[in-house]
Amino acid sequence: MEQPELIPHLFRTEFRNIVSVLCRRFGFGQIETAEDIAGDTFLAAAQTWTLKGIPSNPVAWLYHVAKNKARNHLQREHHFRSTIVPGIGMAEPAAEAEEIDLSPQNIRDSQLQMMFAICHPAIAAEAQVGLSLRILCGFGIEEIAAAFLTNKETINKRLYRAKEKLRQEKIAVAMPPPAEMEIRLDAVLRTVYLLFSEGYYSSSHDQTLRKDLCLEAMRLCSLLLENSGTNTPPANALLSLMCFHASRFDARVNEQGEPVLYDQQDTRLWDTELIAKGSYFLNCSATGGRLSKYHLEAAIAYWHTRKEDTSEKWESILQLYNRLLQLEYSPVAALNRTYALARANGKQAAIAEAEKLDLPDNHFYFTLLGELYTGIDNEKAKRHFEQAAGLARTQTDRQLIRQKIDKL
Amino acid sequence: MKDFLFIYRMNYAGIQERTPEQMQATMQRWMDWMGHMAAKDQLIDRGNRLHPSGKVVGTDGIITDGPYTEIKESIGGYSLVRAASCEEAAELAKGCPVLTMGGNVEVREINAM
Repeated sequence: MEQPELIPHLFRTEFRNIVSVLCRRFGFGQIETAEDIAGDTFLAAAQTWTLKGIPSNPVAWLYHVAKNKARNHLQREHHFRSTIVPGIGMAEPAAEAEEIDLSPQNIRDSQLQMMFAICHPAIAAEAQVGLSLRILCGFGIEEIAAAFLTNKETINKRLYRAKEKLRQEKIAVAMPPPAEMEIRLDAVLRTVYLLFSEGYYSSSHDQTLRKDLCLEAMRLCSLLLENSGTNTPPANALLSLMCFHASRFDARVNEQGEPVLYDQQDTRLWDTELIAKGSYFLNCSATGGRLSKYHLEAAIAYWHTRKEDTSEKWESILQLYNRLLQLEYSPVAALNRTYALARANGKQAAIAEAEKLDLPDNHFYFTLLGELYTGIDNEKAKRHFEQAAGLARTQTDRQLIRQKIDKL
Repeated sequence: MKDFLFIYRMNYAGIQERTPEQMQATMQRWMDWMGHMAAKDQLIDRGNRLHPSGKVVGTDGIITDGPYTEIKESIGGYSLVRAASCEEAAELAKGCPVLTMGGNVEVREINAM
């Protein structure tokens, strides 16, 4: 790899490693220091490598420089605490600066602990996703802003507030105690899933960025599976779910960058390797007594990897949605359940139930009603589609709805 | 929104021997109905089925076998739902599969302590 691509590439993979390890060592109070040291390290790399060429082991070079910078920082800190602080009658001197451990094991442990710290219930969900992208995934502020379709200032403010909160709440970079593990892990899984959804359903047109978000969510989930304490059935189910969804990544968009709906997708573009992985992790998740929403969603996603329409397929999907809704209501699940009902029991049965759903601001609701009335009462179908088009927020959604009206 | 208890009553004696397919079909009807209420965000807890037999403890401390499932309409199960009014809850209960099995649904508003 040439230098111009090498540094951004290493930034993506190594920035997070350095920040996690340093932050675990310094505590969250000094997260900016950890980020500064990691940032300075890459700045030094850009300057030195341009002059002297790329070192034989770039990662080792980065770690070495980061360690030196961290050691200098700790020595200054130690000096400050041991000579100046006692003079003004403050706390005891901190321990002597020790070696910074950038071994693979410590990097993994630090990342895992950072995940639990960032996904602390005290932090707002949106901020958790932003912080995860920055600290766990090494995304630039600009990339995060693009993913959220907002500007750098908004993201900077959001991240700043989240970090302040982490400091105020004195959240430790550590694994939660066993008694809290299940609840805290649920919060981590939720954030990983949000991160994935942000990539999968984002209205951003940057395909590469969206895919990166999804792959990062899958990497974080794999990290959880590598640790015995967090390798739980719901975590396996979540990874399975993400593998199944990601298998359609290349089929969902055509060459013009327009979305391709499930029914029209070219199954040859589905990634069979990811489907196999999804099945593997779904099997791994089938232990224990707890059926999480990820289990149900993974099972639904599994049925969607089988293109042929059988009555068994749609009946199974309907029953899975019935159970998913009992665990946790969401308008999306309610609409998808009604669609499955139409496929399993016919449009008339589904219309009767769809009419009773109360989702007056949801354009997907009117799109669904339009779909259900298509071929039964095309006038009504058209009216519903038009209402949907009026509520749709993106150009792409409006386009898709227009196509449906034209087909009537 | 108010909370309501749905009490499903049916005649156990009236239930015929059923094939596994029939039992699965009944189960699916129940699950579809639960899913329907859940899709409207009105299901708080799907509740449970009850075993047909149990014990009844009287005021004098005497324990008898019961309830008397040979009489019609013993309690077969219950659910917790959410609705704006008792009328709306009753309207919702009209879709319950127990009605097609000769049973009924008692709708009671929960008077929280």
